[in-house]
Amino acid sequence: MNFITIDKKDWAGGIDRSRKTYRVFGPVQDENGCQIKPLTPDLYPLMDAGVTVMSPKSVLFPQTEKMLTATLDASREDHHIMKPVEKDDTLRVVLGIRPYDARAILLVKLNFDNPDYQDPYWCDAYAATTFVGLGVNRPGPCDFSTSTGCGPFSEEGLDVLMADLDDRYLAKILTEKGETWAGACGFDTTADAAESQALFDILRKEAEKNITASVDTDQLSEKSILDLHEAPFWDDVAFSCINCGTCTYVCPTCWCFDIQDETKHKTAVRFRNWDSCMSPLFTHHASGHNPRESKVQRVRQRFMHKLKYFVDKYDQGIMCVGCGRCVASCPVNIDIREVCTIMNNHESK
Amino acid sequence: MENPYVPYPVRIDDIEVATEDKSLKTFTFVFQNPEDEEKFAYKAGQFAELSIPGVGEIPIGIASSPVEKGFVKFTVFRTGVVTSHLHNMKKGDIMGIRGPLGNWYPWEKLENKNVVIIGGGFAFTTLRSSIVYMLDPANRSRFKNIDVVYGARSPGMLLYREELFDWEKRDDINMHITVDGTDDPEWKYHKGFVPQVVENNAPVADEDTYAIVCGPPIMIKFTQPALTKLGYQEHQIIMSLENRMKCGIGMCGRCNIGKELVCKDGPVFTLEQINQTPKEY
Repeated sequence: MNFITIDKKDWAGGIDRSRKTYRVFGPVQDENGCQIKPLTPDLYPLMDAGVTVMSPKSVLFPQTEKMLTATLDASREDHHIMKPVEKDDTLRVVLGIRPYDARAILLVKLNFDNPDYQDPYWCDAYAATTFVGLGVNRPGPCDFSTSTGCGPFSEEGLDVLMADLDDRYLAKILTEKGETWAGACGFDTTADAAESQALFDILRKEAEKNITASVDTDQLSEKSILDLHEAPFWDDVAFSCINCGTCTYVCPTCWCFDIQDETKHKTAVRFRNWDSCMSPLFTHHASGHNPRESKVQRVRQRFMHKLKYFVDKYDQGIMCVGCGRCVASCPVNIDIREVCTIMNNHESK
Repeated sequence: MENPYVPYPVRIDDIEVATEDKSLKTFTFVFQNPEDEEKFAYKAGQFAELSIPGVGEIPIGIASSPVEKGFVKFTVFRTGVVTSHLHNMKKGDIMGIRGPLGNWYPWEKLENKNVVIIGGGFAFTTLRSSIVYMLDPANRSRFKNIDVVYGARSPGMLLYREELFDWEKRDDINMHITVDGTDDPEWKYHKGFVPQVVENNAPVADEDTYAIVCGPPIMIKFTQPALTKLGYQEHQIIMSLENRMKCGIGMCGRCNIGKELVCKDGPVFTLEQINQTPKEY
């Protein structure tokens, strides 16, 4: 694995060089706080940003995305035949993605890229994207990523992991994609591998020390689904929930979506939108019947999916990377860490 | 990469009103591209997304049988936006079908077994597909006794009436047709609810007998005790579930019961499997 040093004075110039081949995404401040967005030519990533309000999942899985289109004009030979919309599959790079968000992309990949079906929109976007991560030197108060199989300097899901060393970035090139990106930026100042790795280890240990929150997940896989589902604590967990769905939208691992059709003049478009298991409509049958009619059922579904069903189905740990966004954003202070602990410690009677 | 969201273009070849209240219609579709029919190779028990551009998609069980070639059939209850739109479409209209989706009745396991089919109301579509499949001369010898209990509110609400009465006359299938009630003096079949007819007429279970049950929740609820009385074990009761669906391929996340996705891991489950999941259907 090779390391390179990037002088911060050269950073903007390198990004500009890469714009010839890459669409560049990164954290920027907008009216809603700090977000990962496409960077217009005058914009550079805010590398010292904290946790972005929304996760970068939208780079691969936009909040609303056109999938198919058809003409309804009966004079056209192909009328009412749905075809995929053209997608921009040029290379893109996400700068400053945090390790927990990179792991989240791998968890989401289990859904969109599985042995039975591959979602072409997500998979093509994933194939076109390079993830240039930045280690978290100063973890926030809600960060519990060290207990979710991740951590402030985790390399999983990244093509490059960088460390901020005040006047320079030290970058560990992890994949071929990462190497290509560094080449496109013209970053080629090699750093000593052993020395650099030692520096990364120091930074990682330092950062890990600052993460004080944690969750226990070791018992989850042994619990029975039905026992947890029927456990008496769900009423208490859900009591204050207002079903706003914020937790699902800010979550980097929530992947549920809705499919809707719209027509304009003679053109039909089928697109998908993020959906949320917090919404009663999510499971509402056309007959009026709703298997998750009550708030408690929906809150239970969210936690059971993340902390039990996913664990059983994929054997890859919990469907949570410990970014802490849902904890920070919940208007009624529901805390997944507490719920996880309750579930992990639950003993059936 | 195959795009699993792109429907095969089909033409509506025939529309038949299926019940006396006109709330159900049977649509026959023909594939616009003959090679798509081959790609749509399905087994009895699977479903598909009927796809109307600009309106939306609905998951519907396939009512035609794999042994019927040249078309696919779906019987659709008018209830929401897409089904209402579909009911107003005409012969010759172009739309789409996406599938086949989901799993199917366990045909390999059912070989050399007695099969009891129990259906109620309009949940008889994939059961029709199954009966036609089993009765096909190439397949009939692969199964032992076949019993069918099928009930509806009234004679006019029974689906596929002509076929039912034809099967009734055959000696290689035992039909137990019933209606909740009728004032037709000519009615020569059963009167009464499905669970009762099951209890009185379905064969007692041995280890080589399986029941496939599809129907409204209330029918399923009361049929289970009847089957238990007849000695059916949980693994011998096979059911097909319905839940709200969008993608049909296990990605959009809404149709789960526990960790199982009804669209991809189902819709067919044994009662034994269902009893191990939360009852969120």
